Amino acid sequence: MSEEGLRPDLALIARTVTPGARVLDVGCGDGALMAALRDAKQVDARGLELDASNVAAAVGRGLSVVQGDADTDLTYYPDASFDYAILSQTLQTTRRPDLVVEELLRIGRQAFVSFPNFAHWRGRLSLLWGGRMPVTRLLPDTWYDTLNIHHVTVDDFRALVKERGWTIDGQWFLKGDKETTHANANLFAEHAVFLLRK
Amino acid sequence: MASALLPDDSRFGLRRQVRLPGPLRLDSGAALAPVDIAYETYGAMNEDKSNVILICHALTGDQYVASDHPITGKPGWWWRMVGEGKPIDPARYFIVCANVIGSCMGSSGPASVDPASNAPYAMRFPVLTIADMVRAQAMLLDHLGVGRLAAVIGGSMGGMQALSWPTIFPDRVESCVVIASTARHSAQNIAFHEVGRQAIMADPNWRGGDYYADAQVPSAGLAVARMAAHITYLSEAGLTEKFGRRLQGRDAKTFGFDADFQVESYLRHQGLSFVERFDANSYLYITRAMDYYDIAEDHGGSLAKAFAPSKARFCLVSFDTDWLYPTAESRAIVHALNASGAQASFVELSSPFGHDAFLLECPELNRVVDGFLKGGRA
Repeated sequence: MSEEGLRPDLALIARTVTPGARVLDVGCGDGALMAALRDAKQVDARGLELDASNVAAAVGRGLSVVQGDADTDLTYYPDASFDYAILSQTLQTTRRPDLVVEELLRIGRQAFVSFPNFAHWRGRLSLLWGGRMPVTRLLPDTWYDTLNIHHVTVDDFRALVKERGWTIDGQWFLKGDKETTHANANLFAEHAVFLLRK
Repeated sequence: MASALLPDDSRFGLRRQVRLPGPLRLDSGAALAPVDIAYETYGAMNEDKSNVILICHALTGDQYVASDHPITGKPGWWWRMVGEGKPIDPARYFIVCANVIGSCMGSSGPASVDPASNAPYAMRFPVLTIADMVRAQAMLLDHLGVGRLAAVIGGSMGGMQALSWPTIFPDRVESCVVIASTARHSAQNIAFHEVGRQAIMADPNWRGGDYYADAQVPSAGLAVARMAAHITYLSEAGLTEKFGRRLQGRDAKTFGFDADFQVESYLRHQGLSFVERFDANSYLYITRAMDYYDIAEDHGGSLAKAFAPSKARFCLVSFDTDWLYPTAESRAIVHALNASGAQASFVELSSPFGHDAFLLECPELNRVVDGFLKGGRA
């Protein structure tokens, strides 16, 4: 599988990972990114995924994926055992996003973190004019059945990075499947991808 | 040495048995010689002998993994997993399944003749461990001309052997599939086994294990042992769904101790049919081997240390209703594998069937095993 079939944030990560790296994909889903990294970049990829049928699908394509929870199971991975730890579209679903990122930066030399930007103008307008929690193409679930329990914005995340003293090695912003400008990302980006290190 | 590729090599095929000179050095310090091993093979070894899969059977299983059982006439115990078009396909793999030592289907066990006395060993047979069973399998593979295993795979006690393989022979195992199993026997596991053993030894026909000379075998004790164990293989929900409180062939309770309930009748049937195919002393020896099993204990208390020398890929599967070897046991293994940097996969599958789920219909299990064995190669 090439990066063409990948979700835009995953394609971006796939392009950036160095060939032959050791990668832990936390919340790896059915292993689409892992498979692309393995096939295109000879990456030694391991995955962690909560959903059993996703794990079965990933193992079924020959990937090493463990069923587990980012909030509780990262502690079993040794320090600096991966070049990259990846958390894509999962941050906002964890119980303690800050602790999860800490763990990523302990396990990986660098960490990719991608998340939907809850401060995108569409969401702001929906809340401002409609007075209702936004239900959009990107955030299709209603407030009571969404898995997103920590709504984070680009600026929130930057503030967390600053507060914890992490270093940003790269940041990318997406609108649809296109990269968009860094200026006013907090207003115009639908998705953000950060590359961090400690 | 004869070429492994010859289809008419008498070492390969169904219902094979070999007497190896041994001695096999056992964990107890004793030595076993000769070592009889009964086994079956399916498929053919490829040119570079890179397609060999060893299947390990459970406590009361045997080598008839995918061929009809000679006593019961039933299809092989893992026909859902092994066979044409199945994940473990003889068209693709050379498959070996051997009766564990200590058992009673043709491999050396308490019913075998002790060359020192020319009488059955009975309780003079040495006490075994899971590792001893694995070393005997390795002796068989030497005999078959097999060096490395593409995969070793097993469920329950078979999973214990599979998991032990890379810790004992790290250079001989490329991948390892462990289903519904554990890295050590828990106090509860040992407790259930002790109930079974006491039932056998309380049977007046057991006579210290020396019952082979006449037809009076401790079948009542063995049947009770099987009944107790069988409950642990099922789930509460499974039993309720299958039997509930339904009565067996009657409309009302009899106010007696006949098998009023369907579940009683079912268990009695399980017990009775088991004694026709299994030796009570073998049941004592194999349950003992399982109770002694604790991989971490053999490696200074560290499970991660046990796996460190191995380069094998691992796949672990548990079932959500298995309370004999619950998911937490598989997770503990996975955590150790993660700590040792091994390539590990793990999934808890959903099934109503409890521990026995690995033997029953489970398309997800087949999908996982198939994908893992192919390892991403088409």
